[in-house]
Amino acid sequence: MRLFPHELRGQLRLYWRSRELAFFTFALPIIMFILLGSVYGKDRIKAEGGVRGADYLLAGMLGYGAIATGFAGLSIMLVIRREQGILKRLRATPLPAGTYVAALLLTTMVAFALEAAVMVLAGRILFHTHLRHGVSLALALLLAIGAFTALGLALTTLIKSSEGSSAVVNAIYLPVSFISGSFFSSHSFPQVLRVVANALPLVYVIRLVRDVMLRDAQIWNRPGAVAVVAAWGLAGALIAARRFRWEPREG
Amino acid sequence: MSSVVSVRGLRKSYGDFEALGGIDFELRAGEVFGLLGPNGAGKTTTVEILEGYRRRDAGEVEVLGADPASAGLAWRGRIGVVLQSTAMYENLTVVESLAQFAGYYERPRPVGEVVELIGLGEKRNDRVRRLSGGQRRRLDLGLALIGDPELIFLDEPTTGFDPGARRRAWETIRSLRALGKTILLTTHYLDEVEQLADRVAVLRQGRIVAAGTPAELTGARLATEIRYRENGREIVLETEQPTRVLHELTEQALERGVELENLQVRRPSLEEVYLSLTGDEPG
Repeated sequence: MRLFPHELRGQLRLYWRSRELAFFTFALPIIMFILLGSVYGKDRIKAEGGVRGADYLLAGMLGYGAIATGFAGLSIMLVIRREQGILKRLRATPLPAGTYVAALLLTTMVAFALEAAVMVLAGRILFHTHLRHGVSLALALLLAIGAFTALGLALTTLIKSSEGSSAVVNAIYLPVSFISGSFFSSHSFPQVLRVVANALPLVYVIRLVRDVMLRDAQIWNRPGAVAVVAAWGLAGALIAARRFRWEPREG
Repeated sequence: MSSVVSVRGLRKSYGDFEALGGIDFELRAGEVFGLLGPNGAGKTTTVEILEGYRRRDAGEVEVLGADPASAGLAWRGRIGVVLQSTAMYENLTVVESLAQFAGYYERPRPVGEVVELIGLGEKRNDRVRRLSGGQRRRLDLGLALIGDPELIFLDEPTTGFDPGARRRAWETIRSLRALGKTILLTTHYLDEVEQLADRVAVLRQGRIVAAGTPAELTGARLATEIRYRENGREIVLETEQPTRVLHELTEQALERGVELENLQVRRPSLEEVYLSLTGDEPG
């Protein structure tokens, strides 16, 4: 198993060297958090029981970070590698497929862990947000990044070309982030958007994180939300395991 | 004898299209075998079946003593693959790319040695994205060599190269042969097999239409051609007995006291043999 650390090092290096990927999935959620926090961080949100804007926003942006890094970033990167033929190339080497995928998933998780840490730290320094129930928060974020990476792997099976990949991925995760209340409270959103959002996992991730950070809950007191996120993750993993392709479709 | 690759009655269809209609060939240890044919003849299908990427419909295939359709990771460690299109991580340097792949193998060749072998010493710390097409292709070859494989598949390794880059690639392939590697090379360039291959099979519409050494292919087919001009007209004779015909011609000319203008005697090139075999129009 000396191969796993070797591959992990290589994948981490590749992640940080891919500037666009690192920007959109790592830096952008942090930047958005700081920008929006400056806009309404000091306000009290009446519709959400008068919590401070910055505290409310931090939970939403952690969810946005998870979907951006785990779902969008991973799937775009993998589709590009598949369509360029890099995955096919790797299949001709003795590198086990499982080792490769595991190294990629851990790379994504490491990137998200750093991103979340920077956000929490920036929130504390800039907006005096509070960190509570660290263990529950870490578990909630681990669940979130696990589910979104699995869904990201599943999404690659639906995308045909690398040209279309970032368009398709952005068209999915940005609206989902918006209607799930990552950026603003979804309290005043039209009913139909809230119904759609409630069918998707991000709402439950954000709800879980908010309950832990703002409402003194532990993750194990919220089995419903945990079950929904885990079920989505499991569905993604199943699709990925059955349909994942290593080669571009034959032209 | 020891055959590294053995193929018997190999068939493959994609829907109604028959890509391979039952082909047989064998690679012996240490030789460079050229699979020559126009685009769509079935070269890549053949190679990708041998590499384990595609399933065959029928026939027997053995590569390094195993069936590629079910061979494991250890088997993959003994082959080197250069696919038809180059694919590698753009953001790694030459040395980093080689080191990354080296980690996948039990006994890799030293990275520095491979860098020299593929002639990228001066580019060793350049990112892949900065390399030219020819340099990328050579790095691709380096990635196929880094595991010190016994058998190397090269699928059209010089397509799209300028003449200088092709010659450099040929030198690298020759040096692989000198290392004792067995090489299966596909190409649609005739000069490439003439330069590199010990034996050649010509593939046309999924069937092998000729096989042998490059010299056998040119020697076995087509008559020698004799050309000259007489009274402003071009005369072309094809004969299986060039010595006798030439003797008669020159004797007559001497008797009549005339010069055979522009007299040429030539053997058919491999290119002409190839075109006659594959049914393509010259040019």
